Amino acid sequence: MTDAMIGLVALPLAGALATLLLPRLATVVAIGTGLATTVAAGLLLFGFATQGALHYEIGGWSAGLGIALRADALSALLLMMTALVALAASVYASAYFKGTFERARFWPLWLLLLTSLNALLLSGDLFNLYVTLELLGLSAVALASLGGKRAAVAAALRYLLVGLLGSMLFLSGVSLLYAGYGTLDMAQLARTVSAGPVAWTALALMTAGLLLKTALFPLHFWLPPAHASAPAPVSAVLSALVVKAAFYLVLRLWLDVFADVVTAAAANLLGVLGAGAVLWGSWHALQAERLKLLAAWSTVAQLGYLFLFFPLLQALPPGAARELAAGGLVMLALTHGFAKAGLFLAIGIIQQRCGHDTIRGLDGTAQRLPATTFAIALAGVALIGLPPSGAFLGKWQLLAGAVETGQWLWLVVTASGSLLAAAYIFRVLGHAFGHRPYPSQPVTVAREEWPALLLASMAALVLGLAGAPVWGLLEIGT
Amino acid sequence: MLTTQILYALTGCVIVALGLRGALLHAALLQRIVAINVMGAGVFMLLVAVAYRGPELPPDPLPHALVLTGIVVAVSATALALALARHLHAEQDDD
Repeated sequence: MTDAMIGLVALPLAGALATLLLPRLATVVAIGTGLATTVAAGLLLFGFATQGALHYEIGGWSAGLGIALRADALSALLLMMTALVALAASVYASAYFKGTFERARFWPLWLLLLTSLNALLLSGDLFNLYVTLELLGLSAVALASLGGKRAAVAAALRYLLVGLLGSMLFLSGVSLLYAGYGTLDMAQLARTVSAGPVAWTALALMTAGLLLKTALFPLHFWLPPAHASAPAPVSAVLSALVVKAAFYLVLRLWLDVFADVVTAAAANLLGVLGAGAVLWGSWHALQAERLKLLAAWSTVAQLGYLFLFFPLLQALPPGAARELAAGGLVMLALTHGFAKAGLFLAIGIIQQRCGHDTIRGLDGTAQRLPATTFAIALAGVALIGLPPSGAFLGKWQLLAGAVETGQWLWLVVTASGSLLAAAYIFRVLGHAFGHRPYPSQPVTVAREEWPALLLASMAALVLGLAGAPVWGLLEIGT
Repeated sequence: MLTTQILYALTGCVIVALGLRGALLHAALLQRIVAINVMGAGVFMLLVAVAYRGPELPPDPLPHALVLTGIVVAVSATALALALARHLHAEQDDD
């Protein structure tokens, strides 16, 4: 199964080069690459389910000097989500960019983004993580600026500067760790790191850098303009996957590498920032005039929920309750990935068909684009956290953990955030249902509507109803 | 000889702090891009200081490799930032 790990990085990289050299065949090559990457991610998930955690040393160089690839439950699941979301968004993008001159620039960057995401999720070494973070940031910025409009370029530049600042903070933490412990391998560090000034400073620097990149309140200021002005398939991947890559690293650092160093006060601080993100992000989503801004602010809020888990995981003793809370966290992250990608694709369809994405101007969209509106509703079910979505399972574990540890504040925040989410989703749906005759066919633009529909139903139905296997996989990992 | 190493490491930290201050406080775009580069130089200096292992031993090659990679990444990122800034500037002139 180590072949699958290499394939996950090598396939999209080869695809990126191929699309650069053969711009005429770019769409075919890119979708073929997306399919092959999805197969590789599936094989990796299967390999993990049968053999447990996977490990590979590139070129036979041992960890420390060489590049080690690792995959456990968390990374295997996130890789699968990345592959599926990227594949759906690729199909959508093939229609979105058809006949435009951005097409030739889009595919190489897109596949490079996929390469760096996969490499980041597989990497077991802090310096390689820094490199993949930078590659991810650079390709994401270039994609976000593709629209070429002034607002898009300005937002992309701000995104780039924030990302670079975050990377530099991360790298200074990495240097401190190397000075203190003489290794950058995460597994080795997890065994040797002990609480003290070096570990605290390094963790603080690296976390600050990553929080900037994952746009946790109050460091979220760059996200709404950047995500709202990018082309639709790019926004989908930025919101669903790219911010989550930085979050994945925070999770790895706090729960694996620095598990003995993290204090309750620090975890509570992350929780408080997460609560701020939930309330502030949802409130702004409710105020948004444009659909894309609504989706972007909702990303700020949804990332906040993920940080509410940190104080719970810190307070819960190792055991079944903690496993469930950790599973809920992963479930919420996966659901948000699918739901937000589906939502952005659906918004892109509306923007292209109607020429605008203002919420007030949605009148009658449900009659013109029934499948698109349905996709928005399904994604909304997942964002609110209604059953049977995966987010319902995730939030349930969040609430259970809050009750278990007596941290009632998070319960209040989750409930208010969900109510606000319901308000902003129903505000969109309310405008979408005007009084116009219904067309004979619900799916009107198949190549664009199906990816959005499938992603949204993955979030709202599949992850919730078929959540048991995911939970099983997470148990293998421990 | 340890003091030389600490001197270099501390200088690196000071440069990082100066760069960070510049990146956060300067409003002008070019100044912020330069400030982030200054911050990078500080981190690289810190890594070079970390590599020192006394006069008898050769320096640790790993941090040197990291610095080289870091410089390549920083140069590419700066190029992208400058290209975007130019694009923005050109559009401003059109208006």
